[in-house]
Amino acid sequence: MQLAELWFIIIAICFIAYVFFEGFDFGVGMGTKFLAIDEREKRLLISIIGPHWDGNEVWLLTAGGAMFAAFPHWYATLFSGYYLPFVLLLLALIVRGVSFEYRSKINSARWKSVWDWSLFLGSLIPPFLLGALFAGLIQGLPIDGNMEMHAAFFGDIVNIYTVMSGIAFVLLSYVLGLSFIALKTDGPIRERAKEQAKKVYWIAGLAIVLFLILTAISTSAFQEKGSILIPVYAIAVILYILKYFTLRADREGYNFVLSALIAVLITAAFFIYLFPNALLAHDPANHITIYDAASGNYSLTVMTIVAAIFVPIVLIYTVWSYWIFRRRMKTTDHLEY
Amino acid sequence: MDALLLARIQFAATTIFHFFFVPLSIGLAFIVALMETLSAIKKNEIYERMARFWGKFFLINFVVGVVTGIIQEFQFGMNWSDYSRFVGDVFGPPLAIEALLAFFMESTFIGIWIFGRKRLPRWVNILSIWLVSIGTTLSAFWIMAANSFMQNPVGYAIQNGRAEMNSLAELFTNPKLLVAYPHTIFASLATGAFLVIGISAWNYLKKRDLDFYKRSMNIALIIGIISTIGVALTGHLQSQYLVEAQPMKMAAAEALWEDSGDPAPWTVIAGIDVENKENRWQIDIPYLLSYLAYGEFEGSVPGMLELQEQYEQQFGEGYNYIPPVKTTFWSFRVMVGFGLLMILISLFGLIFQKRGTLAKHTGLLKLMIAAIFFPYISNTSGWIMSEIGRQPWVVYELMTTEAGLSPSVTSGEVLFSLITFTLVYTLIMIAMIYLFVRVAKRGAVIVDQDEPSIDPFTKGSEGRVG
Repeated sequence: MQLAELWFIIIAICFIAYVFFEGFDFGVGMGTKFLAIDEREKRLLISIIGPHWDGNEVWLLTAGGAMFAAFPHWYATLFSGYYLPFVLLLLALIVRGVSFEYRSKINSARWKSVWDWSLFLGSLIPPFLLGALFAGLIQGLPIDGNMEMHAAFFGDIVNIYTVMSGIAFVLLSYVLGLSFIALKTDGPIRERAKEQAKKVYWIAGLAIVLFLILTAISTSAFQEKGSILIPVYAIAVILYILKYFTLRADREGYNFVLSALIAVLITAAFFIYLFPNALLAHDPANHITIYDAASGNYSLTVMTIVAAIFVPIVLIYTVWSYWIFRRRMKTTDHLEY
Repeated sequence: MDALLLARIQFAATTIFHFFFVPLSIGLAFIVALMETLSAIKKNEIYERMARFWGKFFLINFVVGVVTGIIQEFQFGMNWSDYSRFVGDVFGPPLAIEALLAFFMESTFIGIWIFGRKRLPRWVNILSIWLVSIGTTLSAFWIMAANSFMQNPVGYAIQNGRAEMNSLAELFTNPKLLVAYPHTIFASLATGAFLVIGISAWNYLKKRDLDFYKRSMNIALIIGIISTIGVALTGHLQSQYLVEAQPMKMAAAEALWEDSGDPAPWTVIAGIDVENKENRWQIDIPYLLSYLAYGEFEGSVPGMLELQEQYEQQFGEGYNYIPPVKTTFWSFRVMVGFGLLMILISLFGLIFQKRGTLAKHTGLLKLMIAAIFFPYISNTSGWIMSEIGRQPWVVYELMTTEAGLSPSVTSGEVLFSLITFTLVYTLIMIAMIYLFVRVAKRGAVIVDQDEPSIDPFTKGSEGRVG
């Protein structure tokens, strides 16, 4: 395998890990408005993701950094072409991060309300933008012969398909969030999370179906890579059906694992379709392949060595941090925030 | 306004803002880790109280540093896509490595430090904060490695129309990095120390909780004197390095139009006339510039006009290779001035503290409160000097700033992001200062915000700080 291919896979994994890890903490963030009924429950929700949100966010930074280093042209074309969505993403992530730390510092209703909204919108907007971004990537974008993207905000960046994909990602995150809450809390909120999950199940299911239909209509994914994408999506759909039974049977662990796998498969499908391109242009002659976009062999080798040593270390302490905070929490516990 | 200017303003604004928080994070992480360790060794609860109290400032500050750092990682691609294409191969890896080596570590262990206090063994807690401290310091190393490449490109070859890395080792033994990195770390420690000094001084004046603040002051003054002197020494190394590697920046920082002559005098202040390329007046100290540049009292320093001629021959005529002289000149002086002031404050503070008379020197104590801001002034002006002084280059002698701009981004888009970022940053800054003042006023009492089954929507907007 060439190094460019390896790094395409690594970056895809970073994005997938981001959708999974920050996905459930975005979902929990949305739960502060949709699920929590009082201040104590809000604080409980913040506390179950408190130790993890910051580390989860680093997956996005690593994805961005690795793109910059391994595929400068991919990074440059995408980030300058998708300028406004990235501005919004950054703003949302900024106010979200600050809200975790600042919300609890002053016990005033007005102060908390500001940070509640920051946390909520900061948890809602990023998965939407991410879903819309992935959809835009596989739809193809107006990229010229100089690798410059001239995307129209309405049409290229925002259209029915990208909006649908954004909505599907928001709902997938919320589904993940609810299953995480059911797994990590105890008491009334745990029961309500499961009750709500049964209702959200149908809405998110509908969104996934619509998303798949639009994928078939708005992209050439199924024509070009149907032999691999149809099984991937089919497995995701089957898992989603199985999820119904885990909800009914009250199997919280399986329910969370299934939700995670569904999000992983749907995200992975975008990258499977893109490969071996990094960016699809309207004019196929202007597609930017990963080989066009890649850095030189030396940089890629150096980074491969660094990643081979440090990714396992990162994974070990990430897993360890989830392990030490594995205990279920209740509203009557000591809450740090 | 054109997109280039707006993009430059945006980069300056977001980076300066980000660097308000980073040095304090680095400095306070170390100080808090030290206090946690002392509390375990000395088995005195006062040190744990110290770690918790100063830790509050650390956390309020740290999170803003984290989130404003995300912009730093993305805005090269957003606003400077041609720059990213040209240097991504060599400039990108330090950023990616930073995320993998440092960001994950500090972000994970800060969570463990905050939330594990009551659940995990003491040593895990102490280890966590040290890992956070090491993480912030490592993070700075890779960022400085990337920045040093812009100042003094090494470890690369021009291939396929771009700069491609050919030696990672050269990249992180860049002579610029070896002087700039310790300079930055010392400055960060000073930033942390001066916050502790200033708030402790305020409590000296109020005669509140004196045992607590005296011990805090002790630790901070020792770190303060070491770090401010460290800043000065590494700063001196930098200027010696500068005259070799970036003579134009050196000349601009000295407003030196013509060659200095031998020995070179140092200009304290000058009336700079950029249009006529001369100084209307200046106040000189003989020999000093020779000393700053070469560490001895002889040697001349080349002036900007001669360097401009050299550059025109080397890189093409009709282009102005002289950076904004006034900004470079004055930011250098502001940085050095406040730096020297901080050395004096730490020195006298330490002397009076040892004699046990610091509490009587109310003038110095008041100055110490104001001095909370001095590291910020020095840090910011130091970076302005370093980055403005490198102009018109974005990568020294390799790529001009204007060549790095994103061709596809419109000035309207940059204006939008500039306005929204500035607005959000301003609001966050206000909230942060408000919280800092609150925490400082409240003092070092430990309040557990833990009162299960009490209705939290009780009346009154005044609450406690948790």
